[in-house]
Amino acid sequence: MSSVKDWAAPNPVTENRSGIIGKGVDRYEGKLKVTGTAAYAYEVEPPSPPAYGYLLPATIARGRITAIDTAAAEASPGVQIVWTHLNVPKQARRGERANPRSQRASNPALAGDRVEFFGQPVAFVAADTWENARAATHLIQVDYAVEPAVLDFRASLASAEMPHGEEDVRIGDFDGAYAKAPVQIDETYFSPIQNHVQMEPCATTAWWDGDKVTVHTSIQMVKGGQHALAETLAIPSDRVHLLTRYIGGGFGGKGQSYDDLTLAALGAQALGRPVKVAYTRQQMFQATIHRPAVSMRVRLGAEPDGRLNAFAVEAVTHCARNAPFVEHAANFSRNLYAAPNRLTGHRLVKMDIPAAGPMRAPGEASGMLSLECAMDELAEKLGIDPIELRLRNEPDVDPETGKPFSIRQLVQCLNTGAQRFGWERRNPRPGQVRDGRWLVGMGMACAIRGNFLLPAKAGVRIDADGTVTLRQGMTDIGTGTYTILAQITAETMGVTMEQVKIELGDSDFPPAPGSGGQFGAATAGSAAFEANMNLRKALAELAIGDPNSPLYGGDPTYVTFGNGNIAIENRSESLGALVARAAPEGVYVEGSITPAADARDYSQHTYGAHFAEVGVDTVTGEVRMRKMFGVFAAGRILNAKTARSQVTGGMIWGVGTALTEGNVVDPRYGSFINQDMAGYLVPTHADIVDLDAIFLAEADDKANPMGIKGVGELGICGAGAAVANAIYNACGVRLRDYPMTPDKVLEGLMAKGL
Amino acid sequence: MKTTITVNGQARALDLDPRTSLLDALREHLNLKGSKKGCDHGQCGACTVLVNGERINACLSLAVMHDGHEVTTIEGIGGEANLHPMQQAFLEQDAFQCGYCTPGQICSAVGMLKEAADNWPSQATEDLGAAIALTDAEIRERMSGNICRCSAYPQIIAAIRDVAGEVA
Ligand code: FES
Ligand code: FES
Repeated sequence: MSSVKDWAAPNPVTENRSGIIGKGVDRYEGKLKVTGTAAYAYEVEPPSPPAYGYLLPATIARGRITAIDTAAAEASPGVQIVWTHLNVPKQARRGERANPRSQRASNPALAGDRVEFFGQPVAFVAADTWENARAATHLIQVDYAVEPAVLDFRASLASAEMPHGEEDVRIGDFDGAYAKAPVQIDETYFSPIQNHVQMEPCATTAWWDGDKVTVHTSIQMVKGGQHALAETLAIPSDRVHLLTRYIGGGFGGKGQSYDDLTLAALGAQALGRPVKVAYTRQQMFQATIHRPAVSMRVRLGAEPDGRLNAFAVEAVTHCARNAPFVEHAANFSRNLYAAPNRLTGHRLVKMDIPAAGPMRAPGEASGMLSLECAMDELAEKLGIDPIELRLRNEPDVDPETGKPFSIRQLVQCLNTGAQRFGWERRNPRPGQVRDGRWLVGMGMACAIRGNFLLPAKAGVRIDADGTVTLRQGMTDIGTGTYTILAQITAETMGVTMEQVKIELGDSDFPPAPGSGGQFGAATAGSAAFEANMNLRKALAELAIGDPNSPLYGGDPTYVTFGNGNIAIENRSESLGALVARAAPEGVYVEGSITPAADARDYSQHTYGAHFAEVGVDTVTGEVRMRKMFGVFAAGRILNAKTARSQVTGGMIWGVGTALTEGNVVDPRYGSFINQDMAGYLVPTHADIVDLDAIFLAEADDKANPMGIKGVGELGICGAGAAVANAIYNACGVRLRDYPMTPDKVLEGLMAKGL
Repeated sequence: MKTTITVNGQARALDLDPRTSLLDALREHLNLKGSKKGCDHGQCGACTVLVNGERINACLSLAVMHDGHEVTTIEGIGGEANLHPMQQAFLEQDAFQCGYCTPGQICSAVGMLKEAADNWPSQATEDLGAAIALTDAEIRERMSGNICRCSAYPQIIAAIRDVAGEVA
């Protein structure tokens, strides 16, 4: 374990002599992406022509397969494999872990006659062409014995139970303080099931070389995927080579592997030729994880001056019967506002739908939709500006643990945002600003999201031509990982971006935990930084020990790196010359990062403030976003351009959350009603007008050696609530049921006689 | 079925299962994998290519319907060594993240600018009699068939604006 004290000293990244850190350099892999030459998993060229796989989904929510007739499929042209639970090759039982160090357990496909959710793959076909595989799949006849299923979350709230191993967090006496509070808010908010809708469906291309399988797959966690496949196939993990070079969006939904990975590998083994398998768009909705719905009761008890005395946030959410997962929608509220008497906790309903799982900012993304509206409701009840209400409840230390904040610029975010957005234009009385048939209003909300550092490694080599190559079993899901690692490497080694090569997404490389929980940049970046620092040490020793080097015999503490050179004062030579002469085969070192034990002594988060202006059409109930602005504080920013893209992307997810996104379970079959992009509406170009974000200057020396933090999830946190509050300010309709679609808005408008 | 399609200026003779979409013909038969499959249902725009200069969803069209047509894919728009101004603008404005919608966005943007220059109206066009003024609202409306789940929309509009120039 390291200590945060180790991170306090200046280092090449914090000194940033050449100025690459923070600069908005173009994406490292950008040219490949704009020319269409970045190969995603389904596009990788296998060593010989592949067979094409296709999956058949179950059409019941819960029950048993009683019969499968595959005769027609088997006789169909071009068909090479038809597998069901009756004849799929043997795999380890679900949940088995032959190697206790495996990060993931076995996850077999077509593993039995049980159906646990609508859309669960129940048969697999491989054929010479995709068209033949698809046609044959639809010839398979499946009979089921249907069993009763829990499909209606709202009707099951009463059956919710305390999640295994959890308890409520109670501080002070919430009930007593709330009962006595002169001003009270007690409201329940609902946010629906949401889908990731990554643009690239899950896909795998697999082939075997002897007893070793190579899989190119679309997954956020390299090691997790490698271990899951190895456990499933019951082979050692060094016989699985997993690659994931480019990923067409993950957002948490590709944190795990799905049956495309397993069946491509098994299919390729059985056929002795490469096999490609992709999920269809419909299967992405029906058969991958989703963000569960959340019903959240918020109770706020305040003094007339706005100070909170009683604070309760209680979430009810759901997961699949056999796949425990808790959407910790109340957790963020433990660190946000001061209040001496507090209650937070979660309850869980078990349902017979696909597994719930993490989606961009799990917890915060749905949880903040309620509390940040409840604060707006409280502000109105008190007659206090909603920003002022936040300022009056700004804690000096973490409100739950009493720990100091590593750094907290929430107030600065609020003030800067208010000024830049023009918050003073807001009329606090709802329904006052008209623009033709539109009512116009403004709303705001805070953003908070935890910051994390996980253990990670990286390897870096320098070759005789001076090229520095960083390798890591890390992924870039569009977050900019390639680019920031190149910047860290260039700055640390004192070379140009052109001299740096970054290689990611390979299970043979030193492992990093992957992309998720907005820990990627800090975790992978810190390991890369440490590897580069070790390379500096190795090169310094090499030069000082080499009689032919101008640095020979010098003091290693005075060695500097810059402009492609290694130097001690005015004695210098180029890195390439040194390596070519003294280590012509190149120099390779590794580095690693571990979390600091004493980092836990600080409350450590990223913060922000959202401001939104919307128009509400009084005739149709339609809401249009007019303007949105976000201010964020998230440590040292490594790349101004890619970081801004991360938070504006998150904010746009917030707009979708507020206005259009949500899924509904068909109570008859257990299917998601919205199973494509015509039913599940994500924001499009026309929905996003005048949206921007800025970062405040910050460095968090308790976070990691570089003082950086994650930004990938912060942007969505609270964004939807700012839009919801703007709707209320525009027209006086307070909706507590996301998304705020025209039917709901119109009903509210009519109830008000508008 | 025998079909000849001119792809990126080259006549390509194909013998295809008639069920093959233009998108799968490009990706699986011609090894042009820049055009992406996001939905296979005409809902996302990731597969946008230009056919005889006009943009279409390649997933919604059977390859054999394009016998004799001129198809331009992202590979024909520009390569790494000779980026099209639209590709360069996407790079500079950070108009993508995961990159999966990007070839479709770029092909769509190139086709869209020509449609506007040819005075094709859109839902956002206020005066059907006047020459199209390519406002941001026009660009957004015309690009709305191309979904970007990474939500690089502000950056994409900025990139297209860089190429299109300011509205007169
Ligand atoms: S793949 Fe063609 S529109 Fe989505
Ligand atoms: S860049 Fe990822 S979907 Fe557009």
